[in-house]
Amino acid sequence: MDFLIVIIEWFPYLIGGIFATLGLVGSALILGVIFGLPMAVGQVYGKRSIRFIIGIYVWFFRGLPVLVLLFLFYFGIFPGLGMDVPAFFVGATVLGLRGAAYQSQIFRGAIQSVSEGQMIAARSVGMTKLQSIRNVILPQAVRVALPGWSNEYPNILTDSAICYAIGVMELMTRTSQIVSQTYITMPIYLVCAGIFILLNYGGMRVLHMIEKKIKIPGFGTGAA
Amino acid sequence: MENNGTILRVENIHKSFGDLEVLKGVTFDVTKGETICFIGPSGTGKSTLLRCINLLTQPDQGSVWLGGEEVTNSGKKINHFRQRIGMVFQNFFLFDHLTAIRNVEIALIKVRGMNPKDAREKALEELRQVGMEEWAEHYPAELSGGQAQRVSIARALAMDPDVILFDEPTSALDPELTREVLEVMKKLALAGMTMLVVTHEMGFACSVANRIMFMEHGEIKEQGSPEELMSDTKFERCKNFIGQFDQTNGD
Repeated sequence: MDFLIVIIEWFPYLIGGIFATLGLVGSALILGVIFGLPMAVGQVYGKRSIRFIIGIYVWFFRGLPVLVLLFLFYFGIFPGLGMDVPAFFVGATVLGLRGAAYQSQIFRGAIQSVSEGQMIAARSVGMTKLQSIRNVILPQAVRVALPGWSNEYPNILTDSAICYAIGVMELMTRTSQIVSQTYITMPIYLVCAGIFILLNYGGMRVLHMIEKKIKIPGFGTGAA
Repeated sequence: MENNGTILRVENIHKSFGDLEVLKGVTFDVTKGETICFIGPSGTGKSTLLRCINLLTQPDQGSVWLGGEEVTNSGKKINHFRQRIGMVFQNFFLFDHLTAIRNVEIALIKVRGMNPKDAREKALEELRQVGMEEWAEHYPAELSGGQAQRVSIARALAMDPDVILFDEPTSALDPELTREVLEVMKKLALAGMTMLVVTHEMGFACSVANRIMFMEHGEIKEQGSPEELMSDTKFERCKNFIGQFDQTNGD
């Protein structure tokens, strides 16, 4: 039972990786909302030129493999801008910008699902278009979007492991390091897998709780 | 406000959707406190006319004046005018994510900048007016059609509008719910609210309206007080139209 001792010995090191992974996923999700939501609004309500630019953005970030994006940013774009940034920052940025592309499409669908009458009614009481979007359309769209949006969490969580390739000290990277130090492979990768599964489960539980908390009669399936 | 008590003036409104000319030059004045009912066959531009008044639909030609100020071509000021022109829709269009009282107060807070406490008080007062204060904390999905429509009337009232536009307010309701909404509207009319009502409720039009406008093919074909329209022989077409209702009611 050598590997049990090894695992216990190295576990604090893995914990550090868990935090890094959660940090990656958390910042990517937040970045995704910060960019994705306005992009969705722009795609639905924006001028043709704005819609075009957002379309290009989405096409770019959805069209390239994560690994290619990571290398592009790590070896190309950030150094090209003269920025010497830590790998973690690059990983979070790439996952976030890529997430924004996907999230914008989730939010776009949700915004389009809000009935036209809501906008008409908001305008009729004197709200500007922007006020209507903020106070009436988005609060509804976000509730519609949440179940689909929740899917982004396991997506980004699993994608985050590929940040191994640029040396972000997250769960996968640390696991590999332990493996190469101890020559114990299977048990350690299993522990790593187990942690990912638990993170996945825990995160989904939290998202489910949020979904329940902001539920309003008349929204989503089995409402009221 | 103008001297003769005219609160709203609609001048020569034209509107086409593609090849279809929906409004062919509609002109009328509304006196403060007046209730005008627009009747006529479906698809003759009655609802479009109402939407042209607060520019939810942009008219191709013509102008709208509210209290002597031009609403058309008012640019960004249109949001200011819309506060003074309340609107009630056939399908209510309550904000689905807000409780009844939040529906009524949101524009007071976000548009008027009223502080939340005063807004709540005012919203509750408006809900009381339409008999919905006990439902203040309920969401639209939990309300009957009649209740939802009454809340939407309260929402319009909250802005203290100069005039309220009713776009077939009872067409989505069964007869019983229709009655409860019409009662609220009647009360408002008697209290001196200026109202333009597109409706198929002839009983309401005849008993509450000061003036009835009969519209057909994008024009006001005939207009007059309910008594005139019913008795005077020159209002042939309108009487025929109303007669159809009497016949179906008689079955």
